[in-house]
Amino acid sequence: MTIRRVLRLLPVVPSILLLLLFLVAPVAWSFYASFTNAALTGKAAQDPQWVGADNYARMFSDDSFPLSAWLTVVFVVASAVVGQNVLGLLIALLMTRSRKVVSSVVGTAVVAAWVLPEIVAAFAAYAYFNRDGALNQLAGIVGVDGVDWLYSFPLVAIILANTWRGTAFSMLVYRAALADVPRDISEAALMDGARGWQRLTFITLPLIRSSITTNLMLITLQTLAVFTLIWVMTAGGPANASTTLPVLAYQEAFKFGDIGYGTAVASVLILLGMVFGAVYVRLLRDRRP
Amino acid sequence: MTTKGLRAREKTTGTTTGGTSRSRARLGADIALAVIGVCFVAPLLWLLLAAVDPQAGYQTKVPSAPSSANFSAVLTPELLFQPLANSLWLSAGTAVVNLLAAVLAAYPLSRYQSRFNKPFMYTVLFGTSLPVTAIMVPVYGLFVQLQLLDSMAATIFFMATTTLPMAIWMTKNFMDSVPLELEEAAWMDGASAMTALRRIVLPLMRPGLGVVFIFVFIQAWGNFFVPFILLLSPGKQPAAVSIFSFFGQHGAIAYGQLAAFSILYSVPVLLLYALVSRGMGNSFALSGAMKG
Repeated sequence: MTIRRVLRLLPVVPSILLLLLFLVAPVAWSFYASFTNAALTGKAAQDPQWVGADNYARMFSDDSFPLSAWLTVVFVVASAVVGQNVLGLLIALLMTRSRKVVSSVVGTAVVAAWVLPEIVAAFAAYAYFNRDGALNQLAGIVGVDGVDWLYSFPLVAIILANTWRGTAFSMLVYRAALADVPRDISEAALMDGARGWQRLTFITLPLIRSSITTNLMLITLQTLAVFTLIWVMTAGGPANASTTLPVLAYQEAFKFGDIGYGTAVASVLILLGMVFGAVYVRLLRDRRP
Repeated sequence: MTTKGLRAREKTTGTTTGGTSRSRARLGADIALAVIGVCFVAPLLWLLLAAVDPQAGYQTKVPSAPSSANFSAVLTPELLFQPLANSLWLSAGTAVVNLLAAVLAAYPLSRYQSRFNKPFMYTVLFGTSLPVTAIMVPVYGLFVQLQLLDSMAATIFFMATTTLPMAIWMTKNFMDSVPLELEEAAWMDGASAMTALRRIVLPLMRPGLGVVFIFVFIQAWGNFFVPFILLLSPGKQPAAVSIFSFFGQHGAIAYGQLAAFSILYSVPVLLLYALVSRGMGNSFALSGAMKG
């Protein structure tokens, strides 16, 4: 009987093997290598030495790590928590009131930026924020002199670009959530004389609270990992002004060949992901009856 | 107050005062949405216009002499077909490996009660939160150690693993909606669990499997960072990576060709998305984790 029970679980084995080899092992190796001076080339590549917490000590004495940790926080908060989340909710709310044609056309436009391959979206954003690009052309029409966004305000440009690219996800989440809000409740509030924003803050938002937290969790994690968009638009520059943690880890490991230090940065990022992941799993578990 | 009473009340007030204010609110919402929509389309206009403009730059302008020159310039085996074939290989391979592993894993999780199920599912869910860009440095190290760099097969297995947690959740949710009674009849007739899975469960959840397959395929098709790190030879690189050769190689940028290539490369995923979104009410990506 017990053998049969174990045999029943056999089909799970391929998945477990894949996850162990390609997800768990790299994470474990990352934590290990972050305590060595492993390198891409040279002597340290053949025979990496254990250096203890040197890489982590360097991280906090180095200027580039605190800066890029700060840039990552600004990037995630501004483009995900504020940008994608608030804009996504706003669009979903407007859609409940607007004509069906308008909401489906605009919905398609928003989703298009999200469905396009990341690198194509990144090129489009690069062209848009370019000195000769559409944004400055629009500014020119209104009579404002354009600036070189990617050079003077690189972080602003990537925040706007990531908001543009990712808002569709929040919009879809909130559209589904709002569709589940019973009409009777908001209509009752309308009858009781509640104004639009009162209905929103006291009725609609509390009702979709669990969707809001789940959405915030997911988009935070997605934005934390954004690399391609930044790499194509600014490559982290100028002078590290848009180097978030994934870009820093990539540069240290592959451009400067310092695998040890690169994995230390990556390990911090993995730890961050794990913390958010644990909160996310808790949230989903608690929501169950 | 009962809901019936409310509806009746709403009807009477709706015709007198609600009518005009509601249509005004609707007009406001339409205008606000339209403005947002224009902002979202604006960055994409450049792609469309530059693709048909032989003299394209970064400016967004209607081409003075539109032509299909950019498209014919990129329609060569070396520039377009080989990278697209590589993309197809990578994405289809990833989706097949992923779906096989996910279906096998989902079956016992969906069909048998076990005290391992819940912890396993939550561990898998936790796995979906790992930032993939963060594990690329260690994965590169692992691939060097195992001498797997530049291997299409190894890249496929890695890409399949990164989407596997999400796929297991989605597949299990779809499988849970196939009633167990149908298999019990087959078991009575002496069919094994795997036979029941193949003959009864899978055919019934075909639309769900299609959604998972397309979901994984789209993700792999758009993946730039993983093949960028793990595949070295130009002959193996997918379109997501080879597109870089239009961008600043030897200092000159072929803007129009870049745009034309981008469009040709994007069309397959746009079509696939349209295919699933129609059936799934635009929320296919969320059907896995959001249900909880």
